[in-house]
Amino acid sequence: MPQYLMSVWHDDEYVVDFESPDAQRMFAQVGALNKEMMAAGVWVFANGLMPASSATTFTSEGGKVSMIDGPYAESKEQMGGFWVIEAADLDAALGWARKATVACEDAVELRPFQAEVPAPKQ
Amino acid sequence: MSATGDELATVFRRECGLCTATLIRILGDVELAEDAVAEAFAIAAEAWPRSGTPPNPGAWITTTAHNRAIDRLRRESSRSGRHLAAHRLLEANMESEPNPELAEFDDFVDVVADDQLRLMFLCCHPALGVDAQVALTLRLLGGFKTPDIAKAFLVAEETMAQRLVRAKRKLRDNHAPYRVPSAAELPDRLHAVLAAISVVFTAGHTAIRGDELLRVDLCDEAIRLARVVVELMPDEPEALGLLALTLLTDARRDARTDADGRMIRLADQDRARWDRARIAEGHLIMRACLRRNQPGMFQIQAAIAAVHADAATAAATDWRQIVALYDQLFALRPDAVVAINRAVAIGELDGPGAGLLALELIDADGVASYQPFHATRADLLARSGRREESDAAYSRAIELTENPIERRFLTEQRAC
Repeated sequence: MPQYLMSVWHDDEYVVDFESPDAQRMFAQVGALNKEMMAAGVWVFANGLMPASSATTFTSEGGKVSMIDGPYAESKEQMGGFWVIEAADLDAALGWARKATVACEDAVELRPFQAEVPAPKQ
Repeated sequence: MSATGDELATVFRRECGLCTATLIRILGDVELAEDAVAEAFAIAAEAWPRSGTPPNPGAWITTTAHNRAIDRLRRESSRSGRHLAAHRLLEANMESEPNPELAEFDDFVDVVADDQLRLMFLCCHPALGVDAQVALTLRLLGGFKTPDIAKAFLVAEETMAQRLVRAKRKLRDNHAPYRVPSAAELPDRLHAVLAAISVVFTAGHTAIRGDELLRVDLCDEAIRLARVVVELMPDEPEALGLLALTLLTDARRDARTDADGRMIRLADQDRARWDRARIAEGHLIMRACLRRNQPGMFQIQAAIAAVHADAATAAATDWRQIVALYDQLFALRPDAVVAINRAVAIGELDGPGAGLLALELIDADGVASYQPFHATRADLLARSGRREESDAAYSRAIELTENPIERRFLTEQRAC
């Protein structure tokens, strides 16, 4: 089945106050959606990311690696987390992306993977 | 009997979309199907003048295109066996990794009526922007050439070519399904299809540029597509509404310009030049819609066109009825386009002052660059005797008009 990335985007300045009622509500919504996805056999992976300021960026030229403190794109919008889902087709994936943006209360970008990753051998 | 170029053109217009739609289903790849159909028509252009048009030209084209595509796949699959699997669009009930047995496809190709519908829903997929939906619809279902589509929408040929390639790739990379949507999705998805057809019609009907032939082609294609939807989904009142709307509007085609190509307003048109057959068909469809009693925006717009068509003279127009219909339309679609037309109707019913008041309800910032707003306002101001303001509004409308025919009309209005 095709796999899709559903990435969650928000403002760089965004700081989650885990204790706030807003964050609690959002976590509960996302938790419920994760359960629904698992039950439907759609869920492959999902998690939130620490702030973009915690990132380290690597680049290489002719084998020589440079390391920079910070995210790759100096953008106001940063990825805050993502889902990897497995859906029958685009229409099914769109349905999950609609639910995702409502649950996490942020912008969600849906993008197909190039190819399906084979399941690990037991 | 030998086939003429005209005959081939007729077959092309009628069959191109259907053949492409069928081959996409069988081959699972939009570009492969598109290329194969183009190749089959090129072969027909060579063969038919010598051998005569075959008894079933559509089947001939589909089968020839299919064989060509299979030949090409065989050549390519010896190079890369994974080509097909990687490029195949997903079919509705495909269980596992697609791996078609090529041998099965030789000889006869079954044409399914639903194929055209599937292709319409694919072209108008909600993951695509409206621009891309309309361009794909004209390209794949109408067989329009990219330069013509570019001309119709006033964009550079290269931009349009890129738009088409990007749209096809997006559908393929995202595994867009090739099917008629389920009942739950249908209302929204069908609306996107009807909206795209309506954009095609408007592009042809609104005189954008001088290419008369292209404009007529666009209107005819929109009507043809609306007919296909109605034929395949006879229970959808909005599809009927769109067909009626395009027929009733297109009925005025010959009366909209004079011998010198000047634009003639609805009120000044010679109603004897309206196409009575199209009006009669539009009326018949509207009566069927009324019986269903599930109004929607295309049906209401068609009803407005029908009221105009009913009036023997402009003075006999039932404006009360038209204002009531615009009120209904505005409740469904409260945007500036509807509000402006509603103001025009109110201006006819209760005088230009009332029309201007209705225009004031529109957020002026939102329509600062919208030509119809300024043209309508200019006309209402002129009729209220507010000459200076009217001239200024006409000047703004002229600035915003690309079409020479319309610019000439507005310039003449300003002068009188």
